[in-house]
Amino acid sequence: MKTENLKDRAILFEQKIARDEKIEPKDWMPEKYRKTHIRQISQHAHSEIVGMLPEGNWITRAPSMRRKVALLAKVQDEAGHGLYLYSACETLGVTREELYAQLHEGTAKYSSIFNYPTLTWADIGAIGWLVDGAAIINQVPLCTTSYGPYARAMVRVCKEESFHQRQGYEIMTILANGTKVQKEMAQDALNRWWWPSLMMFGPTDAESVHTAQSMQWKLKRKTNDALRQQFVDQTVPQADILDLQIPDPALKWNPERKQYDFGPIDWEEFWQVVKGHGPCNQERITARVKAWEEGEWVRDAAVAYADKQSDATLQKAI
Amino acid sequence: MKQDWPLWEVFIRSKNGLEHRHFGSVRAADAAMALDNARDVYTRRNEGVSIWVVASKDITASNPANNGELFEPAKDKVYRHPTFYKVPDEVKHM
Amino acid sequence: MEKMNTENHIQYIYGIADNSLILGQRLSQLCGHGPTLETDIACTNIALDLLGQTRNYYQYAAQCMGESATEDTIAFLRTERQYRNVLLVEQPNTHFGYVMARQFLFDVYHLLVVTQLQESTDSMLAAIAQKSVKEVQYHQRFSAAWIKRLGDGTAQSHQKIQEAINDLWKFTDELFYQNEHDIAAIHAGVGVDVSTLKESYMTTVTEVLTEATLTIPAETWFRKGGKEGIHSEHMGYLLAEMQYMQRTYPDMKW
Repeated sequence: MKTENLKDRAILFEQKIARDEKIEPKDWMPEKYRKTHIRQISQHAHSEIVGMLPEGNWITRAPSMRRKVALLAKVQDEAGHGLYLYSACETLGVTREELYAQLHEGTAKYSSIFNYPTLTWADIGAIGWLVDGAAIINQVPLCTTSYGPYARAMVRVCKEESFHQRQGYEIMTILANGTKVQKEMAQDALNRWWWPSLMMFGPTDAESVHTAQSMQWKLKRKTNDALRQQFVDQTVPQADILDLQIPDPALKWNPERKQYDFGPIDWEEFWQVVKGHGPCNQERITARVKAWEEGEWVRDAAVAYADKQSDATLQKAI
Repeated sequence: MKQDWPLWEVFIRSKNGLEHRHFGSVRAADAAMALDNARDVYTRRNEGVSIWVVASKDITASNPANNGELFEPAKDKVYRHPTFYKVPDEVKHM
Repeated sequence: MEKMNTENHIQYIYGIADNSLILGQRLSQLCGHGPTLETDIACTNIALDLLGQTRNYYQYAAQCMGESATEDTIAFLRTERQYRNVLLVEQPNTHFGYVMARQFLFDVYHLLVVTQLQESTDSMLAAIAQKSVKEVQYHQRFSAAWIKRLGDGTAQSHQKIQEAINDLWKFTDELFYQNEHDIAAIHAGVGVDVSTLKESYMTTVTEVLTEATLTIPAETWFRKGGKEGIHSEHMGYLLAEMQYMQRTYPDMKW
């Protein structure tokens, strides 16, 4: 293709997105668009399946039958969400196995929040309430993102996700209204998950490298800081209802902005976890690698069996 | 050996009376497994009464680069639509 | 028809429900660790079916017991000797071959049991069975398909699944063992006489294993005890994990 032509195409492409038209897999797209989408969608998919691990940690110890089935169904949903997202990513010409390889080698990122450990049952409540709450704020705008397969996957994800946060908040409600030990457990979980949840929205706008381009492609509809503020404003009243204290002495309603002011985030901790120095980075990847490697003989067997069956069918046809 | 499971496209009929609609895809070693995987992945919330699976490699797709020649010519054939024809106002429903 | 007492009735329900609970617990340990996402989701669906059945049975048993019994006191607050599941379902997830072999060897039995249980004079048990039949049919379809894939897949998978079948075979005879409560329930028209199911069981198992190019173990030494509450050493750890919250924080709501 001539350079002129390419330039025209790029302009037409951007205009199409600006008109809210969707881009579909076989449509022409700039290489950077393709690469950015592979990166973001795969990170999102990895987050779903790595996210199964901290919560999966409590399935076998859930305190009641009702909680056990709810948690099991929730963690299973995350596997489903990972699957939808890997499928969306595959339409961009990369395979799920290639993406796994990046995750296993440690070259792919996933949401850092899942590198924190789940230490008590209240952590399951806090994750549902805070982590899923933050995820929903991040994800809802993606239902109208420009890349068709990603937008469609997100519609399904958001639809299924809606029970997750309620499930978590219900756990917190019971604990907060329970015995002294239970309330302490809930407060402790809030203390440990609050700041990492705020970090889920990513670096501040000043530090964020991808924001402008991502806004143009509707991979982002609001900036990191705007989403973070939305999360704080939404969550503080919910904590009040639980009569739990958000672990931030600087947290205060600002009547002029009609928003909450909140204290500084420890970005040093954030970058350390991103770099692999979080409490559970190694355990998470090791668990994923183990599942994949131990499953190899199973996947191979299924392929070998399928080959034999199709040979048998062919012979029958002759 | 290390051979990856191929990709299958999943089509689901939500209820009788509706057509099968594309729902997504799954990996599976063969068609029977693809059907089971589609059931386990896409009908967990009672979303379907019938499933089709098709190996993704067997789908022939039109190329968007040819959209001009494929789809533009149909755009000006307005006489294929009822609004092209004038009938007296007195005739209310036709 | 002879009468059975409440103790017989409740113990009979445990005998069926505990299998679903313990197998459901075993399967739920795997969530997030399966060979593919699709397989992971499928196994979790089976776990959810089994735990759902467990809840139906336990809620009914709690109702029969009255007082302060709930599905949770039954699930979490019995001692190891009071669980009446068969040894087969408590065996560990050694590898995917063991998971599927355990599942298949149980599914074939489970389907025969719930199919018959639909005829129970206890209308509640009959209703639970009716709902379970469809779920268990799918479980058997799923596990039988995997037995065939692994048996007739690669040389390695053949060897691994045969090893699992050989190891677990010794637990299959217990499925047809009946204790005093089972007998009382059968005489009352409530329970299924599982001793009559052995032939159908062997027919289906033989059919699938043969198609999977696997050998039926020649083993004639069998283990039993689960139905009397004499479990394998694996059971204590499974319960320690499952009961952790209820034991550590007694008498609280969750």
